[in-house]
Amino acid sequence: MPVTDPSPALQAAVEPDEAALAERFERTVAAEERIEPRDWMPEAYRKTLIRQIAQHAHSEIIGMQPEGNWITRAPSLRRKAILLAKVQDEAGHGLYLYSAAETLGVDRAELLDLLHAGRQKYSSIFNYPTPTWADVGAIGWLVDGAAIVNQVPITRCSYGPYARAMVRICKEESFHQRQGFEILHHLSSGTPEQHAMAQDAVDRWWWPSLMMFGPPDDASPNSARSMAWKIKRFSNDELRQRFVDMAVPQAEALGLTLPDPELRWDAESGHYRFGAIDWTEFHEVLRGNGPCNALRVEHRVRAHEEGAWVREAADAYAAKHAARAGAEVAA
Amino acid sequence: MSAEVRAEGGHGAVPVEGVATGTPTPTRASRRDWPLWEVFVRGRRGLAHTHVGSLHAPDATMALRNARDVYTRRQEGVSLWVVPAAAITASSPDERDPFFAPAADKAYRHPTFYEVPEGVQHL
Repeated sequence: MPVTDPSPALQAAVEPDEAALAERFERTVAAEERIEPRDWMPEAYRKTLIRQIAQHAHSEIIGMQPEGNWITRAPSLRRKAILLAKVQDEAGHGLYLYSAAETLGVDRAELLDLLHAGRQKYSSIFNYPTPTWADVGAIGWLVDGAAIVNQVPITRCSYGPYARAMVRICKEESFHQRQGFEILHHLSSGTPEQHAMAQDAVDRWWWPSLMMFGPPDDASPNSARSMAWKIKRFSNDELRQRFVDMAVPQAEALGLTLPDPELRWDAESGHYRFGAIDWTEFHEVLRGNGPCNALRVEHRVRAHEEGAWVREAADAYAAKHAARAGAEVAA
Repeated sequence: MSAEVRAEGGHGAVPVEGVATGTPTPTRASRRDWPLWEVFVRGRRGLAHTHVGSLHAPDATMALRNARDVYTRRQEGVSLWVVPAAAITASSPDERDPFFAPAADKAYRHPTFYEVPEGVQHL
């Protein structure tokens, strides 16, 4: 007997009430099992995931721009090939994530519209410019390094498709971070000018990277629900501390300093202590007043519109061949 | 502080208030995108194809090419399948449906169900 979805009438007859469904959902999450697309889930859980996965996807594809800026000017063929592969990975990460978002019942085309209309956002880190080649190194080391710290816990997110996408993404991010570290290491041990360029990039990217983890925990009241749903596993401050603890010894290995006079090892807690973060800057960038906010969205919209003919041509080609195949079958 | 911001997703803090979450599109007809294809990769010879994700493409040829670029950039596979998502018939809306219940009380289908006297080997 072919098995298909039950008819609406039958479904209504066998459907347990919402309280029972909610209870089963909570039990599944509590047992560290995964929620899959066709499971019942609370509407707020679905909306939270759509927002998070969509804005994560947007961050990946907008994130192609600051580094894409350097593809034509990479200092060697080796660096150019690496950077091309890296930027292509970011596009791929965006696609894994849009694919995960669609399992929640939204349309990818609509998500792109929402990005273009400014009704969904992307990470504010990509609103900073990349004026020198060392910025490519600093983005790889610090921005992708911070992203890894954020993303590794999401591989255990309660929503299956998102968690699976994150497993792929995390595997690929470690190449991103290493290539950035290598760029900075070469510059740092090069000529005095190259060293200065590396230091300048790290000086500019350090604080924005710390801001990537979001405001301090006491200013993030709604995180608790995402924690309960096991979408978020660690608090903003915990992840930020984890990142600082990893980055400080790496900066030493690079022979570069971090622009924080208050940064010091605290033997008692076993952590590095760091200075206060300037959240005014963060909120300005978020509000749209960062150095590149308008540029990033304009560029995205232009790429989308100027690429329309490619999508239309592919459609026309597919339609022509489908019609031809249909005619052959008829004949 | 203004609208809440959280380090959602990998690349860090994004607004979580006043963000649109799209409209559900339950019917395929309402989609503006190309058809959805599910992608399966055979990791290496001797292994079965495994589902890895999905993508949109206007036709099967483009779906295969896109699948190669999206899912096998690091030699993750030696063979790819793309299947129109609309062509897949699934068991039920719920992954733990009573549909699978008949197997639940048949422990005798497993070898561990049977008692074997001490010392008997190769059984």
